[in-house]
Amino acid sequence: MTGAMASQRNSLRYRSRLMQPESERSADTHPLTWRLRDDGEVVWLDEYLGKDGYQSVRRALSEGDPQAIIAAMKDANVRGRGGAGFPAGLKWSLTLQGDDMPRGYLICNADEMEPGTFKDRLLMEQQPHLLIEGMILGAYANNSRSGYIFLRGEYVESARVLNQALQEAREARWLGNDIDGSGFDFDIVVHTGAGRYICGEETALISSLEGKRANPRAKPPFPGQSGAWGKPSVVNNVETLCNVPAVILNGADWYQALSGDRTDDGGSKLYGISGPVHRPGLWELPMGTTGREIIALAGGLRGDHKLKAWLPGGASTGFLLPEHLDLPLDFDTVGKEGSRLGTGLLTVVPENQSMVALMRNLEAFFARESCGWCTPCRDGLPWTVKLLQALEHGEGEEGDIELLDKLAADCGPGLTFCAHAPGAAMPLETALKHFRHEFEQGITQSRGPAHQDPIPVGSV
Amino acid sequence: MAARAATTGIIGSDGFELHPADERAMLEEVHHFEQPQAACIEALKIVQRRHGWVPDGAISAIARVLGIGPAAVEEVATFYSLIFRQPVGRHVILVCDSSSCFLTGFDALKQALVTQLGIDYGQTTPDDRFTLLPVCCLGACDGAPALMIDDDTYGPVSPDDLPGLLEDYP
Ligand SMILES: Cc1cc2nc3c(=O)[nH]c(=O)nc-3n(C[C@H](O)[C@H](O)[C@H](O)COP(=O)(O)O)c2cc1C
Ligand code: SF4
Ligand code: FES
Repeated sequence: MTGAMASQRNSLRYRSRLMQPESERSADTHPLTWRLRDDGEVVWLDEYLGKDGYQSVRRALSEGDPQAIIAAMKDANVRGRGGAGFPAGLKWSLTLQGDDMPRGYLICNADEMEPGTFKDRLLMEQQPHLLIEGMILGAYANNSRSGYIFLRGEYVESARVLNQALQEAREARWLGNDIDGSGFDFDIVVHTGAGRYICGEETALISSLEGKRANPRAKPPFPGQSGAWGKPSVVNNVETLCNVPAVILNGADWYQALSGDRTDDGGSKLYGISGPVHRPGLWELPMGTTGREIIALAGGLRGDHKLKAWLPGGASTGFLLPEHLDLPLDFDTVGKEGSRLGTGLLTVVPENQSMVALMRNLEAFFARESCGWCTPCRDGLPWTVKLLQALEHGEGEEGDIELLDKLAADCGPGLTFCAHAPGAAMPLETALKHFRHEFEQGITQSRGPAHQDPIPVGSV
Repeated sequence: MAARAATTGIIGSDGFELHPADERAMLEEVHHFEQPQAACIEALKIVQRRHGWVPDGAISAIARVLGIGPAAVEEVATFYSLIFRQPVGRHVILVCDSSSCFLTGFDALKQALVTQLGIDYGQTTPDDRFTLLPVCCLGACDGAPALMIDDDTYGPVSPDDLPGLLEDYP
């Protein structure tokens, strides 16, 4: 009895995995994942070193030119994989450095909480040394005195693997004083969080790292000018940092060529898909792969349903339609369609799914996760949820949809302190645009007093 | 402000006694940062690991260890969703209610949890065994619907899997 149950517990345990077998991955084409093992076990230091591990650090530190790293990152045009697509090389070139400047921090954003996103977990749980290698290069380029991995608290396995890998790297002197005889000192601490999506916003992350509430901060000053404890700080996503070693080893031209003529954005990308598809999962594919290709890799939708809509990169991106399936999924192309590439992990919506119910789910998430600083976000999002709930139950009133339009517009870019509210607005605006009739069907009553009574904060 | 040197027997309000090993762990954590305040979240987690939750008295004790005001600790303690300010059961179930889980059976899973445990979000079973809470996307969407019990992540979990799974957490 106990034995059977124990095995059930094990069989239900979630394990991060890549869908491509080793035989389909190579160093030339899959810089992020070629070292991963088919059995899903961690690639520890010995194996990592046997697979060219830390060679980029050896080369860069012996060449002794931090600016050359920044130049290579600029030429390769590595765009931030945390969702915003900001060019990493450009960010690094703006970090304040110099003899009169204190050395600051290199911070890895490992807070991964964007609904629909499960990519950074794989990189940390199975291949921790690639991230460490990328962070050493980032620190060298930005003259950072130490590094933090800001990891969400729920990633217990990532924390265990990272801490063990950091210890291995220290013992082998890839971290610590005088790394590889170069005179460069650098070490990394894993900081685990305690919940709240907003911690992933880079300035909120810095507040949280300092042991405060995770309220975002005004920009400028940007973290590169004044970040953690007022020191120049660089915040980059896990996947972004994992791209650095191969750029340094193989060069910007090679990196650009990885995406062929699909797109101007270079490199490969961890794309993924979830929702009701046959084989949800993760793949390393050339930047600019299309939604159709990814859905095909996942074996299509379950139950032979047709695709109704999809989110290209998490809950804070805008809905796309089946007609967008052949677009290359890069930052600029998706941006032109009124959405964002975001994290590049697709969420599919089948034809039989109510968009009103789905929007209620999404906005309840954004309402709960608001840090509470600005009014359109703190008060507008719970109100949005209330309206969506009414529409979902066929109890909407005339004017509700226009009110939703207005609440979404009030959360638009530039109107709030951080990008959380615009992230909440984008799926709503695109759902209202593409599927307005579904929302209209929820209206059964004439306008009543409900609108004067937004529900209090925290009650959704 | 500097954190104080290690002593033994820090007593917070309400007679809360900070375990000396916990105080040492907090002071150890302080070394990782420029300012002791940065160890605040970890300090709360250290208390929570021992007691299951963070009683009021621990707030002033942590404040004394870190050399910061109690209000600075309290405002952090009430902000983060994984810091519990009231007693929880022996096991905490975090059920993901985000979009990919919503699209793949979250409603049925949540309903089954409520039925089988006889509690809703924020509640603890009368035998103090389980507390049920919602959580943001667990980064396990390819295994949706997903949930965590204590430090373990599971997915996909169907309502039928629950009795056997819960059995493992006495
Ligand atoms: C509400 C919100 C949550 C975010 N969460 C994350 C996150 O979990 N991980 C991440 O890498 N970036 C997240 N970001 C983006 C970061 O603010 C920042 O752009 C990113 O860490 C920069 O790294 P990159 O340029 O390498 O992508 C979030 C942004 C917002 C507005
Ligand atoms: S937009 Fe929302 S999450 Fe961002 S600072 Fe304002 S209230 Fe906080
Ligand atoms: S949405 Fe539930 S694990 Fe991602």
